[in-house]
Amino acid sequence: MKQLLKGNEAMAEAAVRAGVEAYFGYPITPQTELLEYMSRRMPELNRVFLQAESEVAAINMVYGAACAGTRVMTSSSSPGVSLMMEGVSYIAGSEVPCVIVDVMRGGPGLGNIAPAQADYFQVVKGGGHGDYRLIVLAPATVQEAIDLTYEAFDIADKYRHTVVILADGNVGQLMEPAELPPMRPCDPGRARAPWALTGAAGRRKNIISSINLVPEVEEEFNRKLQAQLDVIRRHEVRYYEYETVDAEYVVVAFGTAGRVAQTAVKQARVLGLPVGLFRPISLFPFPEERLAELAQQARGFLVVEMNAGQMVEDVRLAVNGQAPVRFYGRMGGVVPLPDEVLTSIRHMTAKQEDYR
Amino acid sequence: MAKGRVEIDDNRCKGCALCTTACPQHVLFMADDQLNARGYHPALLEDPDGHCTGCALCAVICPDACIKVYRYVTRRSIAASL
Amino acid sequence: MTIVDVATEELVYERPDALSETFTHYCPGCTHGVAHRLIAEVLDELHLRERAIGVAPVGCAVFAYNYFEVDFAEAAHGRAPAMATGIKRVRPQNIVFTYQGDGDLASIGMAEIVHAAARGENITVIFINNAVYGMTGGQMAPTSLPGQKTTSSPNGRDIETMGMPIRVSELLAGMPGASYVVRRSLHNVKEINKARKAIRTAFQAQVDGMGFSMVELLSNCPTNWGMPVAESMKWIEEQMVPYYPLGDYKVAPELK
Repeated sequence: MKQLLKGNEAMAEAAVRAGVEAYFGYPITPQTELLEYMSRRMPELNRVFLQAESEVAAINMVYGAACAGTRVMTSSSSPGVSLMMEGVSYIAGSEVPCVIVDVMRGGPGLGNIAPAQADYFQVVKGGGHGDYRLIVLAPATVQEAIDLTYEAFDIADKYRHTVVILADGNVGQLMEPAELPPMRPCDPGRARAPWALTGAAGRRKNIISSINLVPEVEEEFNRKLQAQLDVIRRHEVRYYEYETVDAEYVVVAFGTAGRVAQTAVKQARVLGLPVGLFRPISLFPFPEERLAELAQQARGFLVVEMNAGQMVEDVRLAVNGQAPVRFYGRMGGVVPLPDEVLTSIRHMTAKQEDYR
Repeated sequence: MAKGRVEIDDNRCKGCALCTTACPQHVLFMADDQLNARGYHPALLEDPDGHCTGCALCAVICPDACIKVYRYVTRRSIAASL
Repeated sequence: MTIVDVATEELVYERPDALSETFTHYCPGCTHGVAHRLIAEVLDELHLRERAIGVAPVGCAVFAYNYFEVDFAEAAHGRAPAMATGIKRVRPQNIVFTYQGDGDLASIGMAEIVHAAARGENITVIFINNAVYGMTGGQMAPTSLPGQKTTSSPNGRDIETMGMPIRVSELLAGMPGASYVVRRSLHNVKEINKARKAIRTAFQAQVDGMGFSMVELLSNCPTNWGMPVAESMKWIEEQMVPYYPLGDYKVAPELK
C-alpha cells in the first residue's frame, strides 16, 4: 500500500524494517528528520538510538557497534560527512559493515542547505585517507531511497563493507507516494559473526584493528581489499535506463539530476530527438560496462550534475573517447530545470558530432 | 632458613632494575655479565643466606610480569606410621 | 601415628591469565606494563575476562590489544570512548573498557571523553598520564608540566602561550554521569597496590551499572623524559604528584 512519505523519514523506516539495531547521529540539515524519526522509533522497538556529541563521535560509535557485530547506521549531510571521513577510513581498514545515509547539500564550507551533488568525489572516490572505496547507491525517488536503504544492510553484511546511500536535499525533503517493505526481525544470530567482539568466552580472542606496521603485510591487506572490490564491481552494478534502445544521444545523470534529466528527455522525444537517459544508481561500482556498450550506439553523451562536473570524469573514462561527452551543471544548491537540460540536449544534437 | 624465593623469567626481563629498587631484603641484582636473548641484562636472585621472604614486592613493580614468587610454608600434618 | 612438620612451597604470585604471553614492545621500566598487569589481575579476580571488550588508543599503547587475552578493538586517535560507547550500547552485558594516554584522551579525544562521562556511559576508562607524547617521540602533551622540556617545547612548556596542564580527573569528576573518578600513581609498590584497588572498584562500578568510571594513573616515560628508570619513578613522585594530587575525585555513595 502506497503512502505519502518524506524521503528522510522513509529511509529511516526502511532501515528499521531492514533490522537496524543501532543508530548514532548528529543533527544537520537537510538530514535531521531522519535522526528525529529514529529518536522516536528506535526506543519504541527497544533498539539503540543515541545523539552523539559530533559526527566524529557518531561514526566512531557506529564503528564500535559494527565491531560488536550489530546492524548499525548513521546519517548526515555534507559538512557532517566530511567530519566522519576519519572513521570511515578506519571502518574500511577494519572491514566491518555499516550503512551511512548522506543527504548532500550545497558547499564548499558551510555552504547552504539546498540540494547538491558536489560530494560525488568525496564519497564515490573514498573520502578518507588510504586506498579504499565505498559502495555508493544514489536514489532519485522516495521509493528508490526506501528500496536501496532496505537492501543496503544486506549488501554491507555480505561484503563487510560500508554502504552509502548518497541522496541529496531534494530526495531527503521530498514527499511522494511510496510503499514500505515488510518488517524484518533483527537477527540476533548475526551478532555471533565469528569475527565480532562479543567477549572471548570459549574461543580465542578477536581483535579488530586497522594497523599493519609492516608495509608488506599492509600491502597484502590492500590486495585483499582490492580483490573484494573486484567482486563488488562484478555483482553490485545498478542503473536505470529510459528510452535508450534506439537512442543516438544519451543523457547521463544520477539522483535528482537524473529525475530532471528524464523530464527533459521526455520533452526531447516529443520533439522527435533520438535521446535516452542513463541513470547510474550504483556510483561505486560505476556502471562503466553498460556505458561503454551505449558508446557503441551513441553519437554523443550529455552529463548533467548538480556540481561543477564530477561524475562526468567517470563517464568519460567509460566512454573512452568513443563519443563526445558534454557536461551541464548547476552548483551551490541550484537544481537545474528541465528546460535548461533540454537546451543542452538540443545543442548536442544540432552539432552532429561523431567521433567514429 | 629462607622464607621464600623468586623465579625470574630472564628472557622476558628487560633489565629495568625496578625489582632491585623494590626489594626490601636486597637480594635482587642485575646480571651485569649476562645478556638474555633480547640483549638485556636480566635481574637475578642472589640469596645464599636465605633472606628472601617471598613478599612479592618485586613482582608488584615488575612492568613485564616476569617474576613468579614462592613462599615456604610449614604445615603440621599427621604422617602415616611406618 | 606421628605428627610432623612438612615444609611446602606455595606459589604466591604469577602473571595473571588475562595477560597475554606476548612480549610487549614497551621500553624497559615503562609503567604501561604495570598498568596492563593490574587490569589483567582485576579481570581475573572479578572473573570478567570472557565478558570484557577492550578499546586500545593511538599512542604507545596502540598494541595493547596484543597483550590481553580479551576481545579488543583498536580505535582512531582519541575516539576510544565513542567506540566503547557504540560497543557498550549494543552489548550492555559485556564489560567495556578503554585504555588511553594523555595525548589521546586529554588532547585530541577531549570531546569524546567529556561526553562519555557526561552521558554516564557505563564503561571503564584507564587513563595513563605520563605528561608526554611517547609514541611520536616525546612531544609536549596537554598534561606536560610547566617548564617541562619536550621535543616540541625545547625551552620548556611556556604557560604564557600554552596554558597550564589539564587536570583530567578534576575535570571529569564534575560530570554528573561519572560514578568513580580517581587518580593514582604507579611510582612505587605502595601506590601500585592502591592503583590495583582503584581499578577493581572502577570495573566493579561498571558491573553494578553505576555509569562512567575512570582511573587516572600517573606513569613514567624514562625514554622521552631522558632519565634512568629509577629516577623517572622519583620524577613522578616529586614533579607530577604535586601538580596532580592523588586521591578520589568522585566516588558514588554506593561505591564507598
